[in-house]
Amino acid sequence: MATKNWPLWEIFVRSKNGLEHRHFGSLHAADAEMALENARDVYTRRNEGVSIWVVESKHITASNPENNGELFEPAQDKVYRHPTFYDVPDEVKHM
Amino acid sequence: MSEEQIRSLERNFNERIERDEKIEPKDWMPEKYRKTHIRQISQHAHSEIVGMLPEGNWITRAPSLRRKVALLAKVQDEAGHGLYLYSACETLGVSRDELYEQLHTGKAKYSSIFNYPALTWADMGAIGWLVDGAAIINQVPLCNTSYGPYARAMIRVCKEESFHQRQGFEIMLKLANGTPEQKEMAQDALNRWWWPSLMMLGPTDDKSVHTEQSMKWKLKRKTNDELRQQFIDQTVPQADVLGLTIPDPDLKWNEERQSYDFGEIDWDEFWQVVKGHGPMNKERMKARVGAWERGTWVRDAAMAHAEKKQARKEKQVV
Repeated sequence: MATKNWPLWEIFVRSKNGLEHRHFGSLHAADAEMALENARDVYTRRNEGVSIWVVESKHITASNPENNGELFEPAQDKVYRHPTFYDVPDEVKHM
Repeated sequence: MSEEQIRSLERNFNERIERDEKIEPKDWMPEKYRKTHIRQISQHAHSEIVGMLPEGNWITRAPSLRRKVALLAKVQDEAGHGLYLYSACETLGVSRDELYEQLHTGKAKYSSIFNYPALTWADMGAIGWLVDGAAIINQVPLCNTSYGPYARAMIRVCKEESFHQRQGFEIMLKLANGTPEQKEMAQDALNRWWWPSLMMLGPTDDKSVHTEQSMKWKLKRKTNDELRQQFIDQTVPQADVLGLTIPDPDLKWNEERQSYDFGEIDWDEFWQVVKGHGPMNKERMKARVGAWERGTWVRDAAMAHAEKKQARKEKQVV
Protein backbone atom coordinates (compact mmCIF):
# COMPACT_ATOMS: atom_id res chain seq x y z
CA MET A 1 0.00 0.00 0.00
CA ALA A 2 1.44 3.35 -1.02
CA THR A 3 2.22 5.44 2.04
CA LYS A 4 2.11 8.88 0.44
CA ASN A 5 0.79 10.14 -2.85
CA TRP A 6 3.02 12.11 -5.15
CA PRO A 7 2.10 15.80 -4.92
CA LEU A 8 0.58 17.76 -7.80
CA TRP A 9 2.73 20.21 -9.82
CA GLU A 10 1.68 22.95 -12.22
CA ILE A 11 3.66 23.05 -15.44
CA PHE A 12 4.63 26.21 -17.35
CA VAL A 13 6.34 26.00 -20.73
CA ARG A 14 8.09 28.65 -22.82
CA SER A 15 7.39 27.57 -26.38
CA LYS A 16 10.27 29.62 -27.81
CA ASN A 17 12.65 32.32 -26.72
CA GLY A 18 10.97 35.68 -26.82
CA LEU A 19 7.70 34.31 -25.48
CA GLU A 20 6.61 33.99 -21.87
CA HIS A 21 6.11 30.74 -20.00
CA ARG A 22 2.49 29.65 -20.29
CA HIS A 23 0.48 27.28 -18.10
CA PHE A 24 0.23 23.91 -19.86
CA GLY A 25 -1.41 21.69 -17.24
CA SER A 26 -0.39 19.70 -14.21
CA LEU A 27 1.07 16.36 -13.25
CA HIS A 28 2.13 14.31 -10.23
CA ALA A 29 5.76 13.80 -9.25
CA ALA A 30 7.72 12.96 -6.10
CA ASP A 31 9.88 16.10 -6.31
CA ALA A 32 10.73 19.08 -8.52
CA GLU A 33 13.37 17.23 -10.46
CA MET A 34 10.98 14.42 -11.36
CA ALA A 35 8.27 16.96 -12.15
CA LEU A 36 10.62 18.52 -14.72
CA GLU A 37 11.41 15.16 -16.29
CA ASN A 38 7.77 14.13 -16.41
CA ALA A 39 6.77 17.52 -17.80
CA ARG A 40 9.21 17.01 -20.65
CA ASP A 41 7.58 13.68 -21.51
CA VAL A 42 3.99 14.76 -20.98
CA TYR A 43 3.95 18.27 -22.41
CA THR A 44 6.84 18.60 -24.88
CA ARG A 45 6.86 15.45 -27.02
CA ARG A 46 6.69 17.54 -30.22
CA ASN A 47 9.04 20.47 -29.68
CA GLU A 48 6.42 22.47 -27.79
CA GLY A 49 9.01 24.04 -25.53
CA VAL A 50 12.51 25.33 -24.86
CA SER A 51 12.10 25.91 -21.14
CA ILE A 52 9.95 24.47 -18.35
CA TRP A 53 8.95 25.79 -14.93
CA VAL A 54 7.38 23.51 -12.34
CA VAL A 55 5.62 24.80 -9.22
CA GLU A 56 4.01 22.64 -6.61
CA SER A 57 0.30 23.39 -6.91
CA LYS A 58 -0.14 24.07 -3.19
CA HIS A 59 2.16 27.11 -3.48
CA ILE A 60 -0.13 28.89 -5.93
CA THR A 61 -2.56 31.42 -4.47
CA ALA A 62 -5.43 32.13 -6.83
CA SER A 63 -7.99 34.90 -6.75
CA ASN A 64 -11.55 33.82 -6.18
CA PRO A 65 -14.12 34.49 -8.94
CA GLU A 66 -16.52 35.60 -6.18
CA ASN A 67 -14.29 38.63 -5.69
CA ASN A 68 -14.12 39.46 -9.38
CA GLY A 69 -16.38 42.45 -8.85
CA GLU A 70 -14.19 44.28 -6.38
CA LEU A 71 -11.00 43.17 -8.11
CA PHE A 72 -11.73 43.89 -11.74
CA GLU A 73 -14.77 46.10 -12.08
CA PRO A 74 -13.06 49.32 -10.93
CA ALA A 75 -10.99 49.21 -14.13
CA GLN A 76 -14.10 49.21 -16.31
CA ASP A 77 -15.10 52.86 -15.83
CA LYS A 78 -11.61 54.30 -16.17
CA VAL A 79 -11.90 55.19 -19.83
CA TYR A 80 -9.31 57.94 -19.34
CA ARG A 81 -6.65 55.22 -19.16
CA HIS A 82 -7.13 54.59 -22.87
CA PRO A 83 -5.78 56.77 -25.68
CA THR A 84 -9.16 57.07 -27.41
CA PHE A 85 -10.45 59.13 -24.44
CA TYR A 86 -8.40 62.13 -25.56
CA ASP A 87 -9.34 64.49 -28.39
CA VAL A 88 -6.59 65.24 -30.85
CA PRO A 89 -7.25 67.32 -34.00
CA ASP A 90 -7.17 65.44 -37.33
CA GLU A 91 -4.15 67.44 -38.52
CA VAL A 92 -2.05 65.61 -35.97
CA LYS A 93 -1.41 62.46 -37.90
CA HIS A 94 0.63 60.16 -35.74
CA MET A 95 0.09 60.18 -32.04
CA MET B 1 -27.41 29.05 0.34
CA SER B 2 -31.15 29.39 -0.13
CA GLU B 3 -32.88 27.63 -3.00
CA GLU B 4 -33.70 30.98 -4.53
CA GLN B 5 -30.01 31.92 -4.53
CA ILE B 6 -29.05 28.61 -6.13
CA ARG B 7 -31.69 29.07 -8.81
CA SER B 8 -30.36 32.50 -9.61
CA LEU B 9 -26.77 31.20 -9.75
CA GLU B 10 -27.92 28.43 -12.05
CA ARG B 11 -29.69 30.87 -14.35
CA ASN B 12 -26.59 33.00 -14.52
CA PHE B 13 -24.48 29.88 -15.18
CA ASN B 14 -26.70 28.66 -18.02
CA GLU B 15 -26.63 32.09 -19.62
CA ARG B 16 -22.86 32.13 -19.55
CA ILE B 17 -22.76 28.80 -21.37
CA GLU B 18 -25.28 30.01 -23.92
CA ARG B 19 -23.04 33.02 -24.58
CA ASP B 20 -20.20 30.52 -25.22
CA GLU B 21 -18.29 31.70 -22.16
CA LYS B 22 -15.95 29.11 -20.69
CA ILE B 23 -16.34 27.82 -17.15
CA GLU B 24 -13.09 27.70 -15.18
CA PRO B 25 -12.26 25.55 -12.11
CA LYS B 26 -12.98 28.10 -9.37
CA ASP B 27 -16.22 29.37 -10.93
CA TRP B 28 -19.49 28.43 -9.31
CA MET B 29 -21.10 25.46 -11.08
CA PRO B 30 -24.12 23.27 -10.42
CA GLU B 31 -23.21 20.07 -8.59
CA LYS B 32 -24.61 18.05 -11.46
CA TYR B 33 -22.33 19.83 -13.94
CA ARG B 34 -19.33 18.99 -11.76
CA LYS B 35 -20.35 15.34 -11.35
CA THR B 36 -21.15 14.83 -15.02
CA HIS B 37 -17.82 16.32 -16.01
CA ILE B 38 -15.90 14.20 -13.53
CA ARG B 39 -17.65 11.14 -14.95
CA GLN B 40 -17.07 11.97 -18.59
CA ILE B 41 -13.51 13.33 -18.34
CA SER B 42 -12.34 10.47 -16.14
CA GLN B 43 -14.00 7.91 -18.38
CA HIS B 44 -12.15 9.51 -21.25
CA ALA B 45 -8.83 9.43 -19.34
CA HIS B 46 -9.34 5.78 -18.36
CA SER B 47 -9.99 4.93 -22.01
CA GLU B 48 -6.64 6.41 -23.00
CA ILE B 49 -4.86 4.45 -20.29
CA VAL B 50 -6.58 1.12 -20.96
CA GLY B 51 -6.23 1.84 -24.69
CA MET B 52 -2.47 1.43 -24.36
CA LEU B 53 -2.86 -2.25 -23.49
CA PRO B 54 -3.97 -3.85 -26.78
CA GLU B 55 -1.31 -1.93 -28.72
CA GLY B 56 1.41 -2.20 -26.11
CA ASN B 57 1.25 -5.96 -26.63
CA TRP B 58 2.38 -5.52 -30.23
CA ILE B 59 5.36 -3.20 -29.78
CA THR B 60 7.87 -6.05 -29.54
CA ARG B 61 6.33 -7.74 -32.56
CA ALA B 62 6.18 -4.74 -34.91
CA PRO B 63 7.39 -5.92 -38.33
CA SER B 64 9.96 -3.16 -38.89
CA LEU B 65 11.79 -0.40 -37.06
CA ARG B 66 9.62 2.22 -38.80
CA ARG B 67 6.48 0.53 -37.49
CA LYS B 68 7.98 0.05 -34.06
CA VAL B 69 8.96 3.68 -33.46
CA ALA B 70 5.53 4.80 -34.69
CA LEU B 71 3.68 2.39 -32.41
CA LEU B 72 5.87 3.31 -29.44
CA ALA B 73 5.20 7.00 -30.06
CA LYS B 74 1.47 6.37 -30.39
CA VAL B 75 1.26 4.41 -27.15
CA GLN B 76 3.30 7.11 -25.42
CA ASP B 77 0.85 9.72 -26.75
CA GLU B 78 -2.01 7.76 -25.25
CA ALA B 79 -0.32 7.84 -21.86
CA GLY B 80 0.08 11.58 -22.36
CA HIS B 81 -3.56 12.02 -23.34
CA GLY B 82 -4.63 10.11 -20.25
CA LEU B 83 -2.48 12.43 -18.13
CA TYR B 84 -3.81 15.66 -19.73
CA LEU B 85 -7.32 14.43 -19.02
CA TYR B 86 -6.68 13.28 -15.46
CA SER B 87 -5.15 16.67 -14.77
CA ALA B 88 -8.22 18.43 -16.24
CA CYS B 89 -10.46 16.18 -14.13
CA GLU B 90 -8.56 16.93 -10.94
CA THR B 91 -9.40 20.64 -11.31
CA LEU B 92 -12.97 19.63 -10.43
CA GLY B 93 -11.89 18.63 -6.94
CA VAL B 94 -11.37 14.89 -7.30
CA SER B 95 -7.96 13.33 -6.56
CA ARG B 96 -5.94 11.15 -8.91
CA ASP B 97 -6.09 8.37 -6.36
CA GLU B 98 -9.87 8.42 -6.26
CA LEU B 99 -9.96 8.26 -10.05
CA TYR B 100 -7.62 5.27 -10.19
CA GLU B 101 -9.60 3.62 -7.44
CA GLN B 102 -12.78 4.00 -9.50
CA LEU B 103 -11.11 2.46 -12.54
CA HIS B 104 -9.53 -0.41 -10.66
CA THR B 105 -12.68 -1.38 -8.79
CA GLY B 106 -14.77 -1.26 -11.96
CA LYS B 107 -16.85 1.64 -10.67
CA ALA B 108 -15.76 3.82 -13.58
CA LYS B 109 -16.09 2.76 -17.18
CA TYR B 110 -13.75 3.10 -20.12
CA SER B 111 -14.45 2.78 -23.82
CA SER B 112 -15.72 -0.74 -24.42
CA ILE B 113 -13.78 -1.01 -27.68
CA PHE B 114 -10.67 -1.93 -25.69
CA ASN B 115 -12.37 -5.07 -24.47
CA TYR B 116 -11.83 -6.65 -27.86
CA PRO B 117 -8.60 -8.57 -28.53
CA ALA B 118 -5.88 -7.41 -30.96
CA LEU B 119 -5.17 -10.71 -32.69
CA THR B 120 -2.87 -9.88 -35.60
CA TRP B 121 -0.56 -7.11 -36.77
CA ALA B 122 -3.37 -5.89 -39.04
CA ASP B 123 -5.30 -5.02 -35.88
CA MET B 124 -2.72 -2.28 -35.23
CA GLY B 125 -3.74 -0.87 -38.59
CA ALA B 126 -7.47 -1.26 -38.01
CA ILE B 127 -7.28 0.26 -34.52
CA GLY B 128 -5.42 3.33 -35.74
CA TRP B 129 -7.61 3.78 -38.79
CA LEU B 130 -11.02 2.99 -37.30
CA VAL B 131 -10.81 3.31 -33.52
CA ASP B 132 -8.71 6.48 -33.58
CA GLY B 133 -10.80 7.69 -36.52
CA ALA B 134 -14.00 7.31 -34.49
CA ALA B 135 -12.28 8.86 -31.47
CA ILE B 136 -11.33 11.94 -33.52
CA ILE B 137 -14.94 12.37 -34.65
CA ASN B 138 -15.98 12.22 -31.00
CA GLN B 139 -13.23 14.51 -29.79
CA VAL B 140 -13.10 17.37 -32.28
CA PRO B 141 -16.40 18.91 -31.09
CA LEU B 142 -15.10 18.69 -27.51
CA CYS B 143 -12.39 21.26 -28.28
CA ASN B 144 -15.25 23.77 -27.93
CA THR B 145 -16.83 22.34 -24.81
CA SER B 146 -17.83 24.69 -22.00
CA TYR B 147 -15.39 23.53 -19.33
CA GLY B 148 -12.10 25.33 -19.96
CA PRO B 149 -9.58 22.72 -18.73
CA TYR B 150 -11.34 19.94 -20.67
CA ALA B 151 -11.48 22.01 -23.87
CA ARG B 152 -7.77 22.86 -23.57
CA ALA B 153 -6.83 19.22 -22.99
CA MET B 154 -8.91 18.20 -26.00
CA ILE B 155 -7.21 20.71 -28.28
CA ARG B 156 -3.87 19.15 -27.44
CA VAL B 157 -5.26 15.62 -27.83
CA CYS B 158 -6.81 16.35 -31.23
CA LYS B 159 -3.59 17.86 -32.57
CA GLU B 160 -1.76 14.64 -31.79
CA GLU B 161 -4.46 12.21 -32.77
CA SER B 162 -4.32 12.60 -36.54
CA PHE B 163 -0.89 10.96 -36.69
CA HIS B 164 -2.45 7.96 -34.97
CA GLN B 165 -5.08 7.55 -37.61
CA ARG B 166 -2.71 8.04 -40.52
CA GLN B 167 -0.16 5.52 -39.23
CA GLY B 168 -3.00 3.00 -38.88
CA PHE B 169 -4.24 3.67 -42.38
CA GLU B 170 -0.72 3.28 -43.73
CA ILE B 171 -0.43 -0.16 -42.09
CA MET B 172 -3.74 -1.16 -43.70
CA LEU B 173 -2.67 0.19 -47.09
CA LYS B 174 0.59 -1.73 -47.03
CA LEU B 175 -1.17 -4.98 -46.11
CA ALA B 176 -4.01 -4.43 -48.57
CA ASN B 177 -1.47 -4.05 -51.37
CA GLY B 178 0.69 -6.93 -50.17
CA THR B 179 0.43 -10.70 -50.67
CA PRO B 180 -3.03 -12.31 -50.76
CA GLU B 181 -2.46 -13.51 -47.20
CA GLN B 182 -1.63 -9.98 -46.06
CA LYS B 183 -4.69 -8.57 -47.76
CA GLU B 184 -6.81 -11.24 -46.14
CA MET B 185 -5.35 -10.31 -42.78
CA ALA B 186 -6.30 -6.66 -43.36
CA GLN B 187 -9.83 -7.64 -44.41
CA ASP B 188 -10.18 -9.86 -41.35
CA ALA B 189 -9.14 -7.00 -39.06
CA LEU B 190 -11.66 -4.69 -40.74
CA ASN B 191 -14.36 -7.35 -40.32
CA ARG B 192 -13.70 -7.59 -36.59
CA TRP B 193 -13.22 -3.88 -35.81
CA TRP B 194 -15.91 -2.30 -37.98
CA TRP B 195 -18.97 -2.90 -35.82
CA PRO B 196 -17.29 -2.25 -32.47
CA SER B 197 -16.02 1.05 -33.94
CA LEU B 198 -19.58 2.07 -34.81
CA MET B 199 -20.68 1.16 -31.29
CA MET B 200 -17.90 3.34 -29.91
CA LEU B 201 -19.89 6.41 -30.85
CA GLY B 202 -22.43 5.44 -28.22
CA PRO B 203 -26.02 4.19 -28.02
CA THR B 204 -28.59 5.53 -30.49
CA ASP B 205 -30.07 8.92 -29.62
CA ASP B 206 -33.36 7.48 -28.35
CA LYS B 207 -31.43 5.27 -25.89
CA SER B 208 -28.79 7.76 -24.80
CA VAL B 209 -29.64 8.99 -21.31
CA HIS B 210 -27.12 11.82 -21.06
CA THR B 211 -27.41 13.42 -24.49
CA GLU B 212 -29.96 16.13 -23.78
CA GLN B 213 -28.28 17.58 -20.70
CA SER B 214 -24.83 17.21 -22.24
CA MET B 215 -25.91 19.14 -25.33
CA LYS B 216 -27.10 22.00 -23.12
CA TRP B 217 -23.73 22.18 -21.40
CA LYS B 218 -21.94 21.89 -24.73
CA LEU B 219 -20.28 18.81 -23.30
CA LYS B 220 -21.64 17.25 -26.42
CA ARG B 221 -22.15 19.22 -29.60
CA LYS B 222 -23.51 16.52 -31.87
CA THR B 223 -25.65 13.50 -31.05
CA ASN B 224 -24.31 9.94 -31.19
CA ASP B 225 -26.25 9.17 -34.35
CA GLU B 226 -24.93 12.26 -36.10
CA LEU B 227 -21.38 11.38 -35.16
CA ARG B 228 -21.84 7.79 -36.29
CA GLN B 229 -23.20 8.88 -39.65
CA GLN B 230 -20.29 11.26 -40.08
CA PHE B 231 -17.83 8.46 -39.29
CA ILE B 232 -19.42 6.08 -41.78
CA ASP B 233 -19.62 8.67 -44.55
CA GLN B 234 -15.98 9.52 -44.13
CA THR B 235 -14.68 5.97 -43.72
CA VAL B 236 -16.42 4.12 -46.57
CA PRO B 237 -14.48 5.95 -49.32
CA GLN B 238 -11.26 5.21 -47.40
CA ALA B 239 -12.09 1.49 -47.43
CA ASP B 240 -12.55 1.82 -51.20
CA VAL B 241 -9.05 3.24 -51.51
CA LEU B 242 -7.78 0.22 -49.58
CA GLY B 243 -9.75 -2.12 -51.79
CA LEU B 244 -11.33 -3.70 -48.71
CA THR B 245 -14.99 -4.49 -48.13
CA ILE B 246 -16.94 -3.06 -45.20
CA PRO B 247 -18.65 -6.06 -43.54
CA ASP B 248 -22.19 -4.70 -43.88
CA PRO B 249 -24.42 -6.05 -46.67
CA ASP B 250 -26.91 -3.24 -46.07
CA LEU B 251 -24.39 -0.47 -46.59
CA LYS B 252 -25.61 1.62 -49.51
CA TRP B 253 -25.22 5.20 -50.75
CA ASN B 254 -28.45 7.14 -50.30
CA GLU B 255 -28.60 9.78 -53.01
CA GLU B 256 -31.42 11.69 -51.38
CA ARG B 257 -29.73 11.96 -47.96
CA GLN B 258 -26.26 12.28 -49.51
CA SER B 259 -25.16 9.75 -46.89
CA TYR B 260 -24.71 6.03 -46.48
CA ASP B 261 -27.53 3.85 -45.19
CA PHE B 262 -26.20 1.09 -42.98
CA GLY B 263 -27.30 -2.12 -41.31
CA GLU B 264 -28.55 -2.84 -37.82
CA ILE B 265 -25.97 -2.62 -35.03
CA ASP B 266 -25.97 -5.49 -32.55
CA TRP B 267 -26.71 -3.48 -29.42
CA ASP B 268 -27.04 -6.60 -27.27
CA GLU B 269 -23.38 -7.21 -27.88
CA PHE B 270 -22.59 -3.60 -26.98
CA TRP B 271 -24.41 -3.80 -23.63
CA GLN B 272 -22.84 -7.18 -22.86
CA VAL B 273 -19.37 -5.69 -23.32
CA VAL B 274 -20.26 -2.54 -21.35
CA LYS B 275 -21.49 -4.73 -18.50
CA GLY B 276 -18.16 -6.53 -18.37
CA HIS B 277 -18.81 -9.61 -20.49
CA GLY B 278 -16.65 -8.69 -23.48
CA PRO B 279 -13.84 -10.99 -24.59
CA MET B 280 -11.11 -9.00 -22.82
CA ASN B 281 -12.71 -7.10 -19.90
CA LYS B 282 -11.13 -9.25 -17.21
CA GLU B 283 -7.77 -9.45 -18.94
CA ARG B 284 -7.53 -5.65 -19.36
CA MET B 285 -8.35 -4.93 -15.73
CA LYS B 286 -5.94 -7.61 -14.56
CA ALA B 287 -3.14 -6.06 -16.62
CA ARG B 288 -3.93 -2.53 -15.45
CA VAL B 289 -4.35 -3.32 -11.75
CA GLY B 290 -1.32 -5.60 -11.85
CA ALA B 291 0.87 -2.86 -13.32
CA TRP B 292 -0.36 -0.39 -10.69
CA GLU B 293 0.30 -2.78 -7.83
CA ARG B 294 3.69 -3.85 -9.09
CA GLY B 295 4.62 -0.18 -9.28
CA THR B 296 3.76 0.57 -5.65
CA TRP B 297 7.27 0.06 -4.32
CA VAL B 298 8.67 2.33 -7.05
CA ARG B 299 6.27 5.13 -6.14
CA ASP B 300 7.05 4.68 -2.46
CA ALA B 301 10.80 4.62 -3.07
CA ALA B 302 10.64 7.79 -5.19
CA MET B 303 8.72 9.58 -2.46
CA ALA B 304 11.12 8.40 0.25
CA HIS B 305 14.09 9.50 -1.86
CA ALA B 306 12.52 12.92 -2.48
CA GLU B 307 11.93 13.41 1.25
CA LYS B 308 15.47 12.36 2.09
CA LYS B 309 16.90 14.81 -0.43
CA GLN B 310 14.71 17.57 0.92
CA ALA B 311 15.78 16.85 4.50
CA ARG B 312 19.45 16.91 3.49
CA LYS B 313 18.98 20.24 1.75
CA GLU B 314 17.30 21.76 4.80
CA LYS B 315 20.13 20.54 7.04
CA GLN B 316 22.72 22.23 4.82
CA VAL B 317 20.85 25.51 5.06
CA VAL B 318 21.00 25.33 8.86
